[in-house]
Amino acid sequence: MTTVYTLTIDGRDVAGSEGQTVMEVAEENGIAIPGLCHLEGVHDRGACRLCMVEIAGSPKLAAACMTTIAEGMEVTAHSEQLLEYRRAVTEMMFMERNHVCAVCVANNHCELQDTAAALGLTHFDLPRISPKVDIDASHRLFAIDHNRCILCLRCVRVCDEIEGAHTWDIMHRGLETRVQTDMGIPWGESTTCTSCGKCVQVCPTGALFEKGRPVAGGSKTKRPFLPWLKVVQEERGL
Amino acid sequence: MSRTIVIDPVTRIEGHSKITILLDERGEVSDAHFHVTQFRGFERITQGRPVHEMPAIMARICGICPVSHLVASSKAVDDILAVEPTPTGADLRRVINLGQIVQSNALSFFHLSSPDLLFGFDADPAVRNIVGVARHSPQLARDGIALRKWGQQIIEWLGGKRIHPTGIVPGGVAEPLSAEVRDRILAGVPEAIAAVERAIAWYKSDMLRWEEEAATFGNFRSAFMGLVDRQGNVDHYGGWIRVVDADGKYLADKVDPRTFNDYIGEAVEPWSYLKSTYWKAMGYPDGIYRVGPLARLNVAERTGTPRADEELEKFRWRVGRVAGSSFHYHYARLIDTLHAVEKIEELLHGPDILSKHVRSVAGINRNEGIGVSEAPRGTLMHHYRVDDDGIVEWANLVIATGHNNMAMNRAVLQVARHHVKGETITEPMLNRVEAVIRCYDPCLSCSTHALGQMALAIDLVGPDGRVLDTLAR
Ligand code: SF4
Ligand code: SF4
Ligand code: FES
Repeated sequence: MTTVYTLTIDGRDVAGSEGQTVMEVAEENGIAIPGLCHLEGVHDRGACRLCMVEIAGSPKLAAACMTTIAEGMEVTAHSEQLLEYRRAVTEMMFMERNHVCAVCVANNHCELQDTAAALGLTHFDLPRISPKVDIDASHRLFAIDHNRCILCLRCVRVCDEIEGAHTWDIMHRGLETRVQTDMGIPWGESTTCTSCGKCVQVCPTGALFEKGRPVAGGSKTKRPFLPWLKVVQEERGL
Repeated sequence: MSRTIVIDPVTRIEGHSKITILLDERGEVSDAHFHVTQFRGFERITQGRPVHEMPAIMARICGICPVSHLVASSKAVDDILAVEPTPTGADLRRVINLGQIVQSNALSFFHLSSPDLLFGFDADPAVRNIVGVARHSPQLARDGIALRKWGQQIIEWLGGKRIHPTGIVPGGVAEPLSAEVRDRILAGVPEAIAAVERAIAWYKSDMLRWEEEAATFGNFRSAFMGLVDRQGNVDHYGGWIRVVDADGKYLADKVDPRTFNDYIGEAVEPWSYLKSTYWKAMGYPDGIYRVGPLARLNVAERTGTPRADEELEKFRWRVGRVAGSSFHYHYARLIDTLHAVEKIEELLHGPDILSKHVRSVAGINRNEGIGVSEAPRGTLMHHYRVDDDGIVEWANLVIATGHNNMAMNRAVLQVARHHVKGETITEPMLNRVEAVIRCYDPCLSCSTHALGQMALAIDLVGPDGRVLDTLAR
């Protein structure tokens, strides 16, 4: 029997079962916490830091997607300070790479864009880094433009946990961090990639895309297939 | 003592430019330079981008003729994919390209040039504008606005968006045409034809008033370049390159547009960012040629549509088989527009125009591609090189204003010789320099591949390099 905990999020009384994260309970109760790396159907990784919340009694902010609930927890998911903080995090995502929405495959279907809009991020104050970043278009069907990658690692997780190929991983550190295929070889030469396209589907931005699609005006749209895969996994007791 | 005149800005043209007029020891005009003073290197930013993005990026070079860049760019990518668009895809591209021709020609003639023609080149600028036209000749203004709108609607309905349309893609077009949209466009045809024909009738009845301008506005011998179809008729979308000399003799015919680099050279002058193209066989600067509506009519046998052909016959009867004066760009632009409207109608009545096969799909099959089409202002060429993954390594554009660069300089020189007297820039001379440039309808934002608004200044410079007078507005 699962234990049920009661807690408050933004002053609202809510309940969830043991093992659930603050993010999941908030979602079930219609409380939207921003997040770009969280993806239903794969394990959370706490990569984007957008879902940070305040927990009464703790001096540190906690990632809602990585924090499991406890009895009597008092969570603040929305405050002026958190909003400021989330804006800053989002701004850094833009500044770290080169985003030119007007000619991007994901324009108007982009979770980064949507997040910026929802947070009311209207202008950038941070200096641009404008790094010289690569595009790998060696795969027959897909390409990755690292200019638009926010390192959410959804591709890494979906490839590993659902497709079971583990083609994607990360390399380097700090500003040099990149997702990579196999051991850093061109995607087109990967021997593990099954060309299933799941990574392309889950990428929240225009970083991963199908080659040869007309660009701009948002030719990249999503198919909601992950929740079904999750159901299948659960039924099989995986 | 020597002197120079500089005009800045040329109002009612798009972009940023400056004119210098050089005087010699005797105070006579010795040379004139039309400078383009802005540069933002559009080719550079495309390096490293996947080639499929090129049409969308290129459509953003220019808010005035985005479709033209979209067409030339998509054709260059077709070439890299080594595919032909499906027949319906090609026809839909033609329709949207012609919609662009109609709207851009209408802007040039009615909004920008008709005020000069109607009120005279020296009339008060407060009246010499489209609002003044609307007051004085409401029908003319209404026709201009309606034509432009119809052209813009075609772009919007077929291209998805009016300003930066995306409907044209490598291999064809993104979406098939619906019967409903086809009929909506066709419903506007009779009114569009009537509007252009009214403008042509007015132009013909009044053209004698502009005899002096016609004689001095860039009236010189040069070659002309344009695309023609297999019958030698005007072709705004494909076909062959034909070049004729001032007497109508073929300098080249049936040239595969993909080989344009064998025929055309690009020269750089220190005073302008705008490259001057020249006909290689004749060398630089003798290989001067013009493109655009006037060139299209000069190189072609016929337009290929009945009403425009009837007008073309009268045009040739009035101004000759190969019209030499740049002033006749206006007249030619109207006939070009009439042809475009008729051609849109013809294409939309095609039996397969609603076919669902609008796009050919392929991967990267060549490392180099060239796309050539007719933009409102003349022949437009896109040339790309990509690596095996389709990443752009190099790009070059040859745009209409570049083809016409030498001709524009020559035209400004001619007007300056005729009108510069003494060491000051006079209003009439400023007006005429502006007006002669406007004949070519240059679009300077794409000439330098820069984004932004253009303005013009004139400097009058003496032989010692001293600026004697400057006029800007
Ligand atoms: S991924 Fe594309 S649409 Fe999203 S923010 Fe970046 S450039 Fe804009
Ligand atoms: S490629 Fe896309 S899915 Fe993968 S880490 Fe980058 S943004 Fe996330
Ligand atoms: S959603 Fe929690 S860190 Fe990204």
